[in-house]
Amino acid sequence: MSAELALIGPILAAMLAAATPLLFAALGELVVEKSGVLNLGVEGMMLVGAVCGFAVAVQTGSSTLGFVAGAAAGAGMAALFGVLTLFLLANQVATGLALTLFGVGLSALIGQGFVGIPIADVPELYIPGLTDLPVIGKALFGQDALVYLALAAVPAVHWFLYATRKGLILRAVGENHAAAHALGYKVIRIRFLAVLFGGAMSGMGGAFLSLDYTPMWAEGISSGRGWIALALVVFATWKPGRVLLGAWLFGGVTIAQLHVQGLGIDIPSQLLSMLPYLATVIVLVVISRDVARIRLNAPASLGKVFHPDA
Amino acid sequence: MNRRTMGKALMGLATGAAMLALGVGAADAQEKMKVGFVYVGPISDHGYSYQHDQGRLAVEKELGDKVSTTFVENVPEGADAERVIEQLASSGHKLIFTTSFGFMNPTLKVAQRHPDVKFEHATGYKRSANVATYSARFYEARTVIGQIAGQMTKSNIIGYIGSFPIPEVISGINAFTIAMREVNPKAEVRVVWVNSWYDPGKEAEAAKALIDQGADVISLHTDSPAAIQVAQERGLWVFGQSSDMTRFGPKAHLTAIVDDWREYYVNRVKAALDGSWKSQDTWGGFKDHMLFLAPYNPALPADVVAAAEKTRTDIMEGKRHSFQGPVKDQSGKVVIAEGKQATDEQILKMDWYVEGVQGKVPK
Repeated sequence: MSAELALIGPILAAMLAAATPLLFAALGELVVEKSGVLNLGVEGMMLVGAVCGFAVAVQTGSSTLGFVAGAAAGAGMAALFGVLTLFLLANQVATGLALTLFGVGLSALIGQGFVGIPIADVPELYIPGLTDLPVIGKALFGQDALVYLALAAVPAVHWFLYATRKGLILRAVGENHAAAHALGYKVIRIRFLAVLFGGAMSGMGGAFLSLDYTPMWAEGISSGRGWIALALVVFATWKPGRVLLGAWLFGGVTIAQLHVQGLGIDIPSQLLSMLPYLATVIVLVVISRDVARIRLNAPASLGKVFHPDA
Repeated sequence: MNRRTMGKALMGLATGAAMLALGVGAADAQEKMKVGFVYVGPISDHGYSYQHDQGRLAVEKELGDKVSTTFVENVPEGADAERVIEQLASSGHKLIFTTSFGFMNPTLKVAQRHPDVKFEHATGYKRSANVATYSARFYEARTVIGQIAGQMTKSNIIGYIGSFPIPEVISGINAFTIAMREVNPKAEVRVVWVNSWYDPGKEAEAAKALIDQGADVISLHTDSPAAIQVAQERGLWVFGQSSDMTRFGPKAHLTAIVDDWREYYVNRVKAALDGSWKSQDTWGGFKDHMLFLAPYNPALPADVVAAAEKTRTDIMEGKRHSFQGPVKDQSGKVVIAEGKQATDEQILKMDWYVEGVQGKVPK
């Protein structure tokens, strides 16, 4: 049994890393949705962020520049979405889906010359003493810098949304854009900035995948994580703290199912692969049954087109 | 630019894109026989499709004065594949290689409409008068790497990352385990299925999980080099898959199983040229040069390399078979009797683990 117990530390460490790309993308999307915009293009923005981050890291040899480029590329994709939906008033759902499809193709095109090139891994944190602690040492004090950045983003986003005036305005825009407009707030500009932030966060999540998690570029490297991030936002009923819980739950089940297989426990692996998604669906159903709670947290103007003249 | 010229420019762009998609040499001389290749991935994948394209390049090099080749990459399996194959067939290609399992039914459909065109489909099992099939005996190479793994492990736990529990992968796990147990009866194989051919994130997670459970050698039957990177980082051993993956983990990469279609493609194109081409099934191994091993890691002890080379040449010369009886399944029952070898049919339908593999085959 002690052999199984010794696995808890590594499982925790792996879970935190697996949750990181989801956390970046979901927190970004949460802010976007809080401002009343639904951007379904997370997967596409992650992919473009991943490939641009990787390309810059290969060219410059600096993974820090790579992360910055990933964020910038994600924001660039988001800007496209913002122009189309906020200024040209295109349908948000259709544009978001198109953005994902566009991102899949664009990232493959940019990445053509970068397939099969290895780059150096980002070194992990090492604090003598702390990192060597049994069970929790590696999980808490032995991760990559980006893992901590993603964790720090949770309270930061929460603080911004609920403790600052700007956050209040952003939420007001998301709740009732007509009223916010009547009060003199620049609805479109606020939403555009939120969309840019969401894109940058998705791009960072993608760059984490291609620079750190599996340091390489491969077509479709995000493998659907953008969609999971979208589900996590609803799963968390638009609360940053719950996004963190959801990302951990998802990462935890993903890692645990691999360990269950390795230990030879007789549960079909297909069922285990399915579990994280099943958990998401079940939680969505449970939450959706509580109409009051949904109303309380869901931005009332989510996905609605804002026309200043109307 | 008015609307009309813009439309024309767009048309031009579309035609240009279509020509690009058709690759090189499409509009070559009249007398040259046209040979087409359909790939499921990009030729830049440095893996499965890359190796098929090396076969095409060998044809160009050897028979370039008699044939011209065309390739289409990134063709999704399914209805789109049929359109691509049809286009090749109706644009004068006389021999077409469709290189992924999922092209099987589209290939047969197009072949029916073009009885004068010859088709070669990789890894499938359906043939007709003008459709031949071919595949490689990948399990032969797994016997060699299993033996190396048995000698290199200290923890006696070997991690094995599987894609899908299909006979091709299971027979590989079994061949690996049999050879491993022959040199190290205490070693065991732990299998983790990721249910995907290409998901770097998941493959890396699987490698980490296996290593955390004590595995010190990792073997994989998925296509990305993610596990190689993990092994390098953790300072352990790993085997590459489909192509030489040394550059992803020079210290960790022991060797790799490499597919090699060059000789087969050249021979089949020659047969089509001289009229001796017939529909047939080819399942080739080391002997037929359909696979080889990437250069051994210099860190491997000389006696391990020598033993591996002996096993490889013995398989090549028919002195050794990957499934030489007695072979027992997990319950200890003898499935392949002493003195017997597994038949091709038994290998192609394998859905059980041999002794030494942990866990059960997912059903």
